[in-house]
This record gives sequence, C-alpha cells and structure tokens, in this order.
Amino acid sequence: MIYGQVIFYGASVALFAIGLYAILVKRNLIKILLGLSLIEGAVNLFLINIGYIWGKTAPILSNKELLAHPSAKAVDPVPQALVLTAIVIGVAVTALALSIIMRIYETHGTLNVDKIKELRW
Amino acid sequence: MIKKAFALLLVVIIAIFLSVTFAKIPFGYPKTVVGKYYLDHGVKDLGGVNIVTSIVVLYRGFDTLGEVTVLFLAATGLGMVLAGLREKDEKKRKKTPPSLIMRTETKLLFPMTILFGAYIFIHGHLTPGGGFPGGVVIASAFLLMFLSHKKWEAKEKYTKITEALAGMTYVVIGLIGLYVAGSFLENFLPKGVPGNLFSAGIIPLIYTAIGFKVGSELTGLLQNLRETTE
Repeated sequence: MIYGQVIFYGASVALFAIGLYAILVKRNLIKILLGLSLIEGAVNLFLINIGYIWGKTAPILSNKELLAHPSAKAVDPVPQALVLTAIVIGVAVTALALSIIMRIYETHGTLNVDKIKELRW
Repeated sequence: MIKKAFALLLVVIIAIFLSVTFAKIPFGYPKTVVGKYYLDHGVKDLGGVNIVTSIVVLYRGFDTLGEVTVLFLAATGLGMVLAGLREKDEKKRKKTPPSLIMRTETKLLFPMTILFGAYIFIHGHLTPGGGFPGGVVIASAFLLMFLSHKKWEAKEKYTKITEALAGMTYVVIGLIGLYVAGSFLENFLPKGVPGNLFSAGIIPLIYTAIGFKVGSELTGLLQNLRETTE
C-alpha cells in the first residue's frame, strides 16, 4: 500500500524540511530554536510511523483477546518507548536552549544572529 | 534573496534524498524481532499490561535512569545559566494583572490538576501515560498558579528535596533488585494479576518516583524562568 508511505513518511519529511528551512533562513534565535523543535517532531513522527503495522492496535493488552495473541494484534512497542524518551529529552533541551538565548539577549541586547559580532569569524 | 533561494534549493535536495531513502522502507509491516518478543513475553515476564511501560521501566530500565539524569542535568544547567540574570528595566515593562476569573479558576483547578497527574503516573502500567506525562501535568498545575498569582511561589528548597528523594528512591529500588533478584533494576515484587492496579511488580513504584522527580524538576525549572522574567 503505497499511500501509507507517501502520507506518513511524507509528513515527517515535510516537517523536517520546514524546520531545516527555518534554521537556515531565519535570523531570530527563537525562530531557529522553533525550527530545531520542528525537526525533533519530524524524527519522532518518523520513528512512530516505522513502528506502525496495518490493522493493529496500541500495545496495551487490556482485554482477553489481546492478551491471547499479543503480537498478532498490537503494533511494535519499541519505537514508542524510544519516542517517549526522546520527547522528554527534547523538552529539557529546549528549556536549556531558551535559557541560553535569554543570556545572549542580556549580554548583546538583540536576538538577531547577524548583529551578534562575536559569532563572526 | 539569493541566500533564501540557496537555502530552499538545499532543503529541497535534502528532502528528495530523504524521500528516496524512506521509499525503500515498507510502511505498515512488522520490522523488529525484539518488538514481537516483548509483546509475546511481556505480560508473562513482568505482569504489566502496558508493554511500552514495561519496556521503558524494566526491559530498558537502565536507559530510563540515564534519561532521568539527562533531564536533571538540563534543569540544573538552566538554573546555572540563568543564575544572576534579573530583569533590569522593570519599570519600563507594562504588566497586566491577572483577572479575577483567572485567579479564582486556577485556585479551583490546582488541586484537581495535581490529582490528575498523580492518577496518570499511578496507572502507568495499565493505561497510556506514566511518570513522564504525569510529572508534566503536575508541573502544568504549578505553571497555572505562577501565571495567575504574582506572589505565589514554589520554594526551591522543597522542589530540590522532592527531586532528590525521588531520584534516590529510583536508585534504591534498583539496588534492592540487585541484592534480592541478582541484577540492577530487576523485579523483586510479586507480579499479581495482569490488569489490576496492584500488579506488575516494581513498575508502579518506579513510575511514581519518576512522576515526583519530573514534576518537581519541571516546577523548579519554571520557577527559575519566572524569577528572571518578572
């Protein structure tokens, strides 16, 4: 079924492209950070998509039918566990980056990367 | 303009290469053997109904301990980076005080939001959710209070103590497993009936510790950010 690949992988590629474009073109540090967060979302979406299996349900074996044949009825749980980890780390890293941006604003008075002279080389 | 055009070109090229690579990965078919193993043996091995939780807390428990450490490092790093940073031109900025509706509603919502967070992490082995989302919900309750009450604060002493105690609980549970069952973070409690609240051995204990840890860490982080922006 080709449309799954087109839609689901296509969405993560599109998100990645938008985030990368923001990082390359935008001059405002907070917008660059937003681009990074978009790329992170794209990677998480891609990992979840890899784990999906047609016609199967979430790996929470809450009824008898599911408990009897788990692997025939539920999707791959490993990518979901990985993404659970990645989301939390992403939040922490975004908060740390924001604090560094606040510091930069304090010392330079601007968020524009073109105007921060120390970054030039 | 030229810069933007080049950036667009680069992005398009990268997107095309990514698409070509992803086109080789079939969508919607089983790929890993280990996932199948976890699904088939998870309930028998550990007693937890939610397989994702079983993987995060027990099969890959060491990894989660490292993740909690990364979260702790990021929160501490944020505190260090922001230390000494205070708003100088306080008079210049106009502040709108929170409205009466906001103040009343958040007071009402605060205990309920915390209760909901606790519910999420206590039922981590039965329902979608667990320590990390539960902790974030608890921190959001504190965020609501920060937004609506200017004078109200979460004392840093208490968030730090809660966080340290929760982290120590996690490691101590792991060490008890090492002593009783023979390896670090091994399950040493009875597994119970799958699907009951008191089942799945040490998963609820560890997720409660993680819930407290994440909640207090994010609250401290928000408190740090707030002190510098107000």
